[in-house]
Amino acid sequence: MNMLQELLTYYQQNGSYVMEQFVRHFLMSAYGVLFAAIVGIPVGILIARYGRLSGWVLTAANLIQTIPALAMLAVLMLVMGLGANTVVMGLFLYSLLPIIRNTYTGLKSVDLPILEAGRAMGMTRAQRLFMVELPLSLSVIMAGLRTALIIAIGVATIGAFIGGGGLGSIIIRGTNITDGGAIILAGAIPTALMAVIADILLGWVERALSPANKKRGIPAAGETTEII
Amino acid sequence: MLVFENVSKVYPGGKRAVDHLDLEIGEGEFICFIGPSGCGKTTTMKMINRLVKPTDGKILLNGKNILEQNVVELRRSIGYVIQQIGLFPHMTIRDNIALVPRLKGVPAEERNKRAEELLELVNMPKEFLDRFPHELSGGQQQRIGVLRALASNPPLILMDEPFGALDPITRDSLQAEFKNLQQSLGKTIIFVTHDMDEAIKLADRIVIMRAGQIVQVGSPDEILRNPADDFVRDFIGKDRLAEAQQHFQTVGQIMNPDPVSIGLGATLSEAVRTMRRRRVDSLLVTDDAGILRGKVTIEQIDRNRDLDAAVADLMERDIQTVRADTLLRDATRNILVRGSKYVPVVDARKRLIGIITRTNLVDVLYDSIWGEEDDEEQDAVVNEAAAAPQTGEGS
Repeated sequence: MNMLQELLTYYQQNGSYVMEQFVRHFLMSAYGVLFAAIVGIPVGILIARYGRLSGWVLTAANLIQTIPALAMLAVLMLVMGLGANTVVMGLFLYSLLPIIRNTYTGLKSVDLPILEAGRAMGMTRAQRLFMVELPLSLSVIMAGLRTALIIAIGVATIGAFIGGGGLGSIIIRGTNITDGGAIILAGAIPTALMAVIADILLGWVERALSPANKKRGIPAAGETTEII
Repeated sequence: MLVFENVSKVYPGGKRAVDHLDLEIGEGEFICFIGPSGCGKTTTMKMINRLVKPTDGKILLNGKNILEQNVVELRRSIGYVIQQIGLFPHMTIRDNIALVPRLKGVPAEERNKRAEELLELVNMPKEFLDRFPHELSGGQQQRIGVLRALASNPPLILMDEPFGALDPITRDSLQAEFKNLQQSLGKTIIFVTHDMDEAIKLADRIVIMRAGQIVQVGSPDEILRNPADDFVRDFIGKDRLAEAQQHFQTVGQIMNPDPVSIGLGATLSEAVRTMRRRRVDSLLVTDDAGILRGKVTIEQIDRNRDLDAAVADLMERDIQTVRADTLLRDATRNILVRGSKYVPVVDARKRLIGIITRTNLVDVLYDSIWGEEDDEEQDAVVNEAAAAPQTGEGS
């Protein structure tokens, strides 16, 4: 009860500061994922087309993923110094694996007969990619972005250690003082909220993009029986 | 329009999928490639639109080597339908049908019109244009698959077991529908199948393949009548061959070789006497050389009454005949449609050599129903025996 009151007091007194950190936190995560998408999606397309590269690239991305977040940020800090840019760089690296892997899987899971039909109808490579393969794997690629963003929001919390700011800095402040439970919660709750909302929103986008969910016009169920 | 010249396909590893194949296909022909799996029929078909690149030889489409044409242009000018249907699930039926025109840069309005036109061909209502493939049944989807191949009006269409994945009833109706469509549009079709019934039903010519080579090429009738070797015979199957045998029975095989006839010079009283003796109501009239000249019936004689007149004066000269080597199924249609009681059978020089009566047809029908199976035949005999006394009493 006491802690809840403290929490509310904290929000009352530092509302604009928390808001500021919330936005900062989200932007760091989003930029990291965005850059990773700009690099990862083309890489995914590339390794889906030239299968021999796929093993190497996926292993490399996997390797990055296994480095503990704190260690990764610390090492990046040695190279790039303190600040938000270093955090974005770390998030970028973490986001690569889910994005590349999902792009690759999405493209690979397009039905072969559909690809053959496209080829046989005289589609060029680019047409096959943009008219068939990408639209059909869009929902899987979206799932990759979703995973990447959730991971990024989590990892960005640690970014506060290397001067990136964000909601992590509120949590750290809480851990550094005696009886800082309320302050820890003040940072942790918005972080969790952000992750959950991002997950729900992107999940919704993902479903909307899924080709299996495309429906327009009259439901076919009752009517299709008329014509075989 | 399509010529294979010594075409081979060797896959890496040395497997010869197609082996020195020569074949010529005419405009508007419906060709079925058939054979056991792995015989090279699909490979042969896919070489036509270069989904598979021939290792050796030439394929000429309208006189031009396909290997020297732009591959994208080539494929856009050839229709393609596959067993798995392969409609694009993220596109509406409209977009699916009009895909090739879209690739060719046809304006949207024209594409729309074309899609509507095509949909009418298969009697599907316009509402379907805005649906997605997964909202349609398998049969409907494959109809759209066929329409997609027709969209840019290509003269040649390749089909890889297009009806193979459909249930038998849908398959039957689609086969019939498609055959009609093909004939009315005059398309050349290369159709790969492993279903002999389908090939017999659809093809103008069947190409039977084994181990990359052509074993036999011919119309379904030719192949059923003269299978080239045991492989073809096995492939067609005993049942179908037996059925075909029946199908190809000639008039000569079932006719009654002893028709009741009378000479040209005979008088009507002689004719009546012959009729009474042989218990028939009409006579075939032949000349000395045995050539059929006409027929007299009891009604004609009854009307005339002058029993000393010659048969030649009274006889009906214009009568329908049938040659001994005619297929029974063709002759039967004539007999049944015209309602004649019998048809005289003649040889090449018009000599009377037999007669087919409705009784003969009953025999054939009986054989085709009960002839093959022994136990059923015995049943039938028992029935007949039981029925015989009754008819005896009745008459």
